[in-house]
Amino acid sequence: MSIRINSEKCVGCGKCREVCPGTLIALENHKAVIKYPRNCWGCVSCVKECAAGAIDFYLGADIGGTGSVMNVTKSGDILHWNIQKPDGSKIVIDVNRKNANQY
Amino acid sequence: MRETLQIERIETDVLIVGGGTAGCYAALTLAENSQNKVLIAEKANIKRSGCLAAGVNAINAYIVKGRTPEDYVDYATKDAAGIVRRDLLLSAARRFNQVTEHMESLGLVILKDENGEYVARGNRNIKINGENFKPILAKAVTEKENIEILNYVNITDLLVEGNQIYGAVGFSIVEEKAYIIRAKAVLIATGGAAGLYRPNNPGFSRHKMWYPPFNTGAGYAMGLRAGAEMTSFEMRFIALRCKDTIAPTGTIAQGVRAKQVNSRGFVYEDKYGLTTSERVYGTVKENQLGNGPCYLRTSVITKEQDQQLLKAYLNMAPSQTLKWLESGKMPSEQDVEIQGTEPYIVGGHTASGYWVDTHRQTTVHGLYAAGDVAGGCPQKYVTGALAEGEIAAESILAQLKVQEQTQEPEKISDQAETIVQEYEKIRNSSQSLFSTEELEEAMQKVMDEYAGGISSYYQYNEKQLDLAEEKVKQLQKLSEEIGAADMHELLFAYELKERLLVCQALIAHLKNRKETRWHSFNENLDYPDTDSRYFKYINSKLENEKIQIYFRDIVEEDTYEHTNQQ
Repeated sequence: MSIRINSEKCVGCGKCREVCPGTLIALENHKAVIKYPRNCWGCVSCVKECAAGAIDFYLGADIGGTGSVMNVTKSGDILHWNIQKPDGSKIVIDVNRKNANQY
Repeated sequence: MRETLQIERIETDVLIVGGGTAGCYAALTLAENSQNKVLIAEKANIKRSGCLAAGVNAINAYIVKGRTPEDYVDYATKDAAGIVRRDLLLSAARRFNQVTEHMESLGLVILKDENGEYVARGNRNIKINGENFKPILAKAVTEKENIEILNYVNITDLLVEGNQIYGAVGFSIVEEKAYIIRAKAVLIATGGAAGLYRPNNPGFSRHKMWYPPFNTGAGYAMGLRAGAEMTSFEMRFIALRCKDTIAPTGTIAQGVRAKQVNSRGFVYEDKYGLTTSERVYGTVKENQLGNGPCYLRTSVITKEQDQQLLKAYLNMAPSQTLKWLESGKMPSEQDVEIQGTEPYIVGGHTASGYWVDTHRQTTVHGLYAAGDVAGGCPQKYVTGALAEGEIAAESILAQLKVQEQTQEPEKISDQAETIVQEYEKIRNSSQSLFSTEELEEAMQKVMDEYAGGISSYYQYNEKQLDLAEEKVKQLQKLSEEIGAADMHELLFAYELKERLLVCQALIAHLKNRKETRWHSFNENLDYPDTDSRYFKYINSKLENEKIQIYFRDIVEEDTYEHTNQQ
């Protein structure tokens, strides 16, 4: 699995379920759960869709993950990519959708 | 027995199977140029389905200033050692720029210089922000009144009689419902096939692959079963990717011009050649020689470039950005380790797929193909998928204008019934000792070990291919028994069967190219050299459950029409 859904933050809107390209998320008792965790591609579509910030993306230990998690908040065209490391330190990278890649 | 599936019958003018890049763009073209009813059947949701879920970092097929479409054709032809369809490449390349401009008009952000011109990245690429490429395209499709979208509907079979298309049959993955759809024309745009071979990360992160794990070869399989002809499956695609995250490397290789180096610091790319397959082959060879791991030498870039790369990857493969941040080693501090992926079958990079004419019509009347599922046109990438969607849509419109009302043969209803009965059979089956997942793992192991997967350095010989053939056949037999507890499991059951059929065809293709034309992509140890007698397309059809191979002469002309070939 490369996402973790925080059921306390989840508001049960179902938008993550709608957008997942593998339709891997289900709603159980009005909360989103990942039904087929090993089938996650890691595309983060659900993370970007979640307005409640309830979904964290992480790397499996088998691909070098050490426990950092990432989610996305938005303000207008700006995507704020919020990364939290296991030691609690945070990094934020802002990407403006109106700016093209330099590479 | 469970309650039987509810059946919904739909009639439309044009059915598009698969709402990815090519399918959505075709729908848009049809809607902008006609009042025909268009129906998209998509197994997920068109907003982020297909190859562009996470985004795309650049337009990789574009005719930059000073270059011509013919230059592009020459490049792709050389890269594939001649086994391409010139007519398909040329007709796609002539549209690369217009479809790009259309996407820009829909909201795609493209980097421009002070004169308002697109900024080129190398000879064929331009720089974009493609994070929301698919949502932009999907939104344009959703706004068209004559396009109906059936999300979460998986098409399994085409309705074909007398080599004429009449529609397709599928099921919902969220409701207990089957769909019988009748259409005057069908466009297949289901993408290529991943998950045939054991992947780089076979455990917990098994789907952390480059190509979408949800592209299971459905289109190839339903085409084969409907009697359509396929081409060049043996030109497998193996991507050179960032280790573990399997993120694309083009942004580093082309964007900051990083060279391929081995662990001894030797730049090995010049030694093996620079075609797509040679870049993979060189990396494999260096590892075999004990010079691994291999890297893209990024340790020469600046801290500022680091920050740009972090952002660029967030727009396409965010796992790589997380990997850099998590390790605390930026690309300027540590070279990026690279590896080859498991082999994929994908018409957008190599040439595997439906054998189509210049109009993108398959060998079945009224059935068209575009994007990764369509063969003969390698390196078409995203703009090529858009271009083929547009070409197919225009061809369909031309067909509908002249088409007379035809009486549907009685056999079509029977076919549809039989397909729905098959769904019921799987839903009610409880005999199988093996799960779908177990059989999928078994298939990937067989392909990995005997048909040139990662563990065998992409090499194989005839004896191994014979074994692969035999074992895949056995797995196909076992797959007949599998059951499904719900509609999503029914999807998994079909995906397994589709992959097994694609494996069957792939093995037959590999066996028949008795040469090594592209290192790693087809590395036949019994025939290690290129043989001019195989300067031909290898095509196939499914006949009486067996793959029949046809050798076809290389098409040099700018147009190609199907003849009454056998």
